[in-house]
Amino acid sequence: MTSLLILIPLFSVMVLNLPSRTMMRRFAFWLSLILAASQVCLAAFFGTDLWNNANISGSFFQFNLAVDNLSRVMLFSIGIVVLAAILAGRELIKDENRQFNFTNLMLLILAGMNGVVTTVDVFSLYVFMEITAVASFVLISLQKDRDALEASFKYIIFSALASVMMLAAIALLLMVSGETGFPGISHALSNLPTSRLTLLAVSIFICGLFIKGGAMPFHGWLPDAYSAAPAPVSILLAGIVTKTLGIYTLIRIVGFVLSPNYALNNILLLVGTISIVAGALAALGQKDLKRMLSYSSISQVGYIIIGLGCGTPLGIFGAIFHLFNHSIFKSLLFTNSAAVESRTNTRNMEELGGLAERMPCTGTTSIIGFLSAAGIPPLSGFWSKIIIVVALWQAGFHAYSAIAVMAGAITLAYFLSMQRRVFFGKIKEELKSTKEANFNLLLPALLLAAITVGAGILFPFVHDTFITSFFK
Amino acid sequence: MTIDIIILIILTLAALWTVMTNTLLFAAIGLALTSAVLTIVMFRLNSPLAAVFELSVCAGLISVVFISVTTMTQPQSHQEVAQHNRDRLGRFKFLPLIIILVVLTLVILNLKPTPPLTIPEAGEDVRNIIWNQRPFDLIGQVLILLAGVFGVVILFKEKPKDE
Repeated sequence: MTSLLILIPLFSVMVLNLPSRTMMRRFAFWLSLILAASQVCLAAFFGTDLWNNANISGSFFQFNLAVDNLSRVMLFSIGIVVLAAILAGRELIKDENRQFNFTNLMLLILAGMNGVVTTVDVFSLYVFMEITAVASFVLISLQKDRDALEASFKYIIFSALASVMMLAAIALLLMVSGETGFPGISHALSNLPTSRLTLLAVSIFICGLFIKGGAMPFHGWLPDAYSAAPAPVSILLAGIVTKTLGIYTLIRIVGFVLSPNYALNNILLLVGTISIVAGALAALGQKDLKRMLSYSSISQVGYIIIGLGCGTPLGIFGAIFHLFNHSIFKSLLFTNSAAVESRTNTRNMEELGGLAERMPCTGTTSIIGFLSAAGIPPLSGFWSKIIIVVALWQAGFHAYSAIAVMAGAITLAYFLSMQRRVFFGKIKEELKSTKEANFNLLLPALLLAAITVGAGILFPFVHDTFITSFFK
Repeated sequence: MTIDIIILIILTLAALWTVMTNTLLFAAIGLALTSAVLTIVMFRLNSPLAAVFELSVCAGLISVVFISVTTMTQPQSHQEVAQHNRDRLGRFKFLPLIIILVVLTLVILNLKPTPPLTIPEAGEDVRNIIWNQRPFDLIGQVLILLAGVFGVVILFKEKPKDE
């Protein structure tokens, strides 16, 4: 059944672009919406046994794929963020032709990311990462203005560098292990943990993933790409694309393929801490709403990396849970920034103010999003952050644990400043005629806010379903 | 072994020339040269099929496309050329240092594969590898092609309405 996650979007794109393209144009939005929504439902309600049942897809497509709980979490996040981006795209991309191309690219990116999270082969992983990256380059430059083209070009260069590093690492791993499947590599590396060739392969692979994930100091492309891209694309990029390409792959490789490695964990802890602190400080000084959210993304990615660097099962679970939470609340905050931008035509926080009065729903969901990002109970972000902090403390990394807690205060500071400058206070004269965002932007915001609150309040359920099953 | 080292040095020099040269046309020729040298490397590594693809597609077809497009571009003005010539070497100032550092690191690490690298058999059926062993990557290829097609449609075919 897992292969259908890639094949259905692929065939959908083919069908949509049949000669009767004008007729298909009307169905494109609904088709992509239904696909994303079905993926969310299937990932939420169907267990791994059903996903890995070969009988459902028949014997024609014999792909080497597998879905475990980590893949399920990712499939759910991918579905929900793509759903939000498609709805936002319908609202914000006015040109019909461009919207059709946008929808097609969303289907391709959906197939690409589904491939990344379900494959169990490092070369296929690379192929599907490239699909997602190529579709992202095009999506960033969708508006074809100077900033977008520059951001897209920067992303191409950085991404190409990361790809070269990863491809070289894959070649070295193939030399060492003789195959590219995760189990084979895992077996070979556990036999040769200190071989220099292995260390070189692993280190350049991880560097490539840091670039793809936008961790500091490998983040050069990220703020430009997030802020110059059209709003629906920013939701997708910040919410899930970089998280799948960089962070999910990092968790998969470090947590599930490589054997525990003290030196590697230290590097992860260091890069994670730099990202947390520098990202948060950079976010404090921003005036552009989307740029501030971009730097905040770097900071939150840092939390995921230190959770992983902790090396204990609890730390890895915290990293995965924060990855999920970050996808949800960052998509929510980018959806809100899209709503604000669509109504006021500006992202400069100095020019905004008092919008909660005119946009109550956007203002309220924004509060939920930023409180979760800052780790305030009982929202889901609190639980993932506390798990990471506790895991670090238990593993004896007291200093890192303390930094993670203190950086939470900076996070709260820049988000409170954002909320005050954009939504609170007295409304400006020129903004008095502002209306609440349209349904297509409110629906994803409400949905994402509900998940943020739900995952927080129902944490015992998350704990019993995932913590216990991850490390059986 | 010596001949391999010489070929790899030529490959690196050709690649460096491609990115450092001043003229678009020379860059395209440099790329073709890099591909041609890579073809020799692939032949020596016992991968004739990959070598033939590299030679026909990268060195042949893509070079023809690049060179044809280059002939359609407008030359820069004299001032722009002079300014560009002044600026362009500045960006490469750290390149020798980086090369020396990488070479030193590799020499110090003294990497040798354990167990020793086995060169794959040339006789292995490529059709078998592509269709039976790696069909998933083939689907990936189709998806990348489609993404590329949409890139071309959006960037070059859509008319900018606001201008």
